[in-house]
Amino acid sequence: MAEGSRDQAAGVGTTDPEDDSPNMIVYRKIEDIVMRIQDEKAGGVAIRTVKSFLSKIPSVVSGADIVQWLMKNLSIEDAAEAIHLGSLIAAQGYLFPISDHVLTLKDDGTLYRFQSPYFWPSNCWEPENTDYAIYLCKRTMQNKARLELADYEAENLARLQRAFARKWEFIFMQAEAQVKIDRKKDKAERKILDSQERAFWDVHRPVPGCVNTTEMDIRKCRRERNPHRVKKSVYGVPDDSQSQPSPVHISSQPARKPTKEDVQKEITFLNIQLDRHCMKVSKVADSLMGYTEQFMEYDPFVSAVEPSNPWISDDTTFWDLEASRDPSQQRVKKWGFSLEEALKDPAGRDQFLKFLESEFSSENLRFWLAVQELKRRPLCEVASRAQEIWQEFLAEGAPSSINLDSHSYERTSQNLKDPGRYSFEDAQEHIFKLMKSDSYARFLRSNIYQDLLLARKKVSNTDLTSTLYSLALISFLLLFGVFAAT
Amino acid sequence: MCDQTFMAITFGPCDNCSTTSPLMNIYIKNEPTNYCSFCVEMMACQGLLKGETLASLKNESESLKKKLEEERAKLHDVELHQVAEKIEVVSALSIKTRRVLKGHGNKVLCMDWCKDKRRLVSSSQDGKVIVWDGFTLNKEHAVPMPCTWVMACAYAPSGCAIACGGLDNKCSVYPLSLDKNENLAAKKKSVAMHTNYLSGCTFTNSDMQILTSSGDGTCALWDVESGQLLQSFHGHTADVLSLDLAPSETGNTFVSGGCDKKANVWDMRSGQNVQSFETHESDINCVKYYPSGDAFASASDDATCRLYDLRADREVAVYQKDSIIFGVSSLDFSLSGRLLFGGYNDYTINIWDVLKGNRVSMLFGHENRVSTVKVSPDGTSVCSASWDNTLRIWA
Repeated sequence: MAEGSRDQAAGVGTTDPEDDSPNMIVYRKIEDIVMRIQDEKAGGVAIRTVKSFLSKIPSVVSGADIVQWLMKNLSIEDAAEAIHLGSLIAAQGYLFPISDHVLTLKDDGTLYRFQSPYFWPSNCWEPENTDYAIYLCKRTMQNKARLELADYEAENLARLQRAFARKWEFIFMQAEAQVKIDRKKDKAERKILDSQERAFWDVHRPVPGCVNTTEMDIRKCRRERNPHRVKKSVYGVPDDSQSQPSPVHISSQPARKPTKEDVQKEITFLNIQLDRHCMKVSKVADSLMGYTEQFMEYDPFVSAVEPSNPWISDDTTFWDLEASRDPSQQRVKKWGFSLEEALKDPAGRDQFLKFLESEFSSENLRFWLAVQELKRRPLCEVASRAQEIWQEFLAEGAPSSINLDSHSYERTSQNLKDPGRYSFEDAQEHIFKLMKSDSYARFLRSNIYQDLLLARKKVSNTDLTSTLYSLALISFLLLFGVFAAT
Repeated sequence: MCDQTFMAITFGPCDNCSTTSPLMNIYIKNEPTNYCSFCVEMMACQGLLKGETLASLKNESESLKKKLEEERAKLHDVELHQVAEKIEVVSALSIKTRRVLKGHGNKVLCMDWCKDKRRLVSSSQDGKVIVWDGFTLNKEHAVPMPCTWVMACAYAPSGCAIACGGLDNKCSVYPLSLDKNENLAAKKKSVAMHTNYLSGCTFTNSDMQILTSSGDGTCALWDVESGQLLQSFHGHTADVLSLDLAPSETGNTFVSGGCDKKANVWDMRSGQNVQSFETHESDINCVKYYPSGDAFASASDDATCRLYDLRADREVAVYQKDSIIFGVSSLDFSLSGRLLFGGYNDYTINIWDVLKGNRVSMLFGHENRVSTVKVSPDGTSVCSASWDNTLRIWA
């Protein structure tokens, strides 16, 4: 590999501390880990030269050692998690197995080497196909069994030869030049450099079927240090080829600089926040805990589902029961948690309405439901529907007249001059509070609700009638018998 | 350098304030004028005043922020996980993959459940939107979109339509017909128009309104039938990546999160930003309300999930671990709010105990980033979509 291009510092080693893009954040964390692992004096792993048959393998560490280090230093209890994290660090290109193209970590004696900072992904490499062609070509020139091309690499080379047919002579020459320079290097150093170079290409031209970790989330592309992914040559080759336009969505700007108006708005906002009355954390904690504990028995991930969770048992009985007209006791119990819960459940809504109708006071709930429905209408229907609601519930002599305080009444009447989706918000809020404090409480005490909650068997009309008849007959006969006796 | 001479009046009425005083002869916008020395000074300072104003406003803003932090800190009397010490731990979860949905040709970017608890819609980088019956693995509809990277999709509450969009900067609604052979693409209705990619969309309580978030930094509420913009929400200073509607039957608010690291709560009626939270160290990829609507959680590229309470107006929990270094792309609560499922860029799903703050379980299975996680409407399962081209349903 040409020394020149190596020194061509593309921000060698460390990431730009100013760069806060999402990928850089991860790279920085991985680099921190990888530096710590290699720092033997500070509790890192021992990177040694291993003797193998007739040769020596320089600068390696076993997978097991890495897994051990990760578990100890990152407080990981489960080896599987450490192996997974290690595999990801390898897949990103920071360490690699010395005798495999597939970048994963194994928890055994498999030997691994750390990647050179020159090749770190944080340098925003976007290597060109000409570079890859030079590299593959170079590999074929070296008579080493360990450097033989894998099948997929041979295929890639063939494809590149076809694509770059015209400049193949140039590529060949570059490859030759690099081979010459490499020959002059120290043997051990060459082994290390070759493996690091191979690992670099394993990241940027992965084995088919392996994840390409250089793929980016398109929403985050704009803020990359190299947003247009201008291709930098790994080997210092000038780019004259037609580069494809990268699929980066360019048009929008990154965070705008705040203007005077922005800051003024911010000040207004902050003043509103300062005036807001907030609750103590202890209180909200109790409230969150209370809510969660109340609903845990309904949470399929935490409590058992009766009869079974359809996804686990492949039996849809649970869903059929939920859809049926007869709500279970457990479901009825939920309606008692709050008026909101009761109204959320269509069955709860029906029962509440039934109760109110029995008391001849259903207009409040019907109004509330009508306003909810209004908000769901398409824009073109809103104005006329709003008028209808006014006529039905609020106008002089309305058939289902509801009781509003004068303030809300005034506001609503004003809103109706330009009727919109939210014209009845004040009124709806007022009515909801009324129902909550008055009729809802009575509903919970009512027979309609209690019967369902306690699953009392309802005495049907026919039963009652026949019972009454039987009683009447018996009493008549008894009386008749008494008369007859006297 | 004046290249003209004019009658230099050295004493008389000032052109600005009319007081009779010694005059200075100056050019204002190339017009020769005579100002008294006081007016000259005032005018010269105004240039300075404009520059100072922005700085002094910034100072005012900073001091208000400090004051707000101090006031809020007074209410921070205890940590949520401390209060939660008294409740029982969650019993060991044995969650496994129950379904694998294969069929997309490229990364699956988004999914949404139907209210019937078994159907779902998913969208992919290859431009395809698929409607599945998750229970039977049957593909019921496949809609080809004209653009790649369909980043957002949503199921209508009625179950009769889906909405989706992405790099086309639009949100389009497709009514779902029962006729399998019908070309859904022909019935497409363009509803929302943004000036950058569509990052999220959701129907409100009905099929008639859609709320969208976009890379152009805004959110917007649209009337589906007419395509009219009902309300727009400005305040984020960078791409908005996610939004979630408050679960209340009576509420009219939603929360959004974006690349400016802020999570904002909005009033749908007025378009106003009512609360704002900024404690994350990087982009917020996803926001979700806690089931009671009193709090919400956010997922970020800083590898943490955080819980914010609206009544305390502050962050009340952070879900993080030394061993978790990859960003969180998505999250959702279990039905009771006890568990928080987070989908991570390290291909896993981490399950957190919301109250106690510790991780209770880890789900392996995906072979590339998890892009979306959503709990089913009745809480019986959680679905994850991934860059490995598949979706998984876990229970």
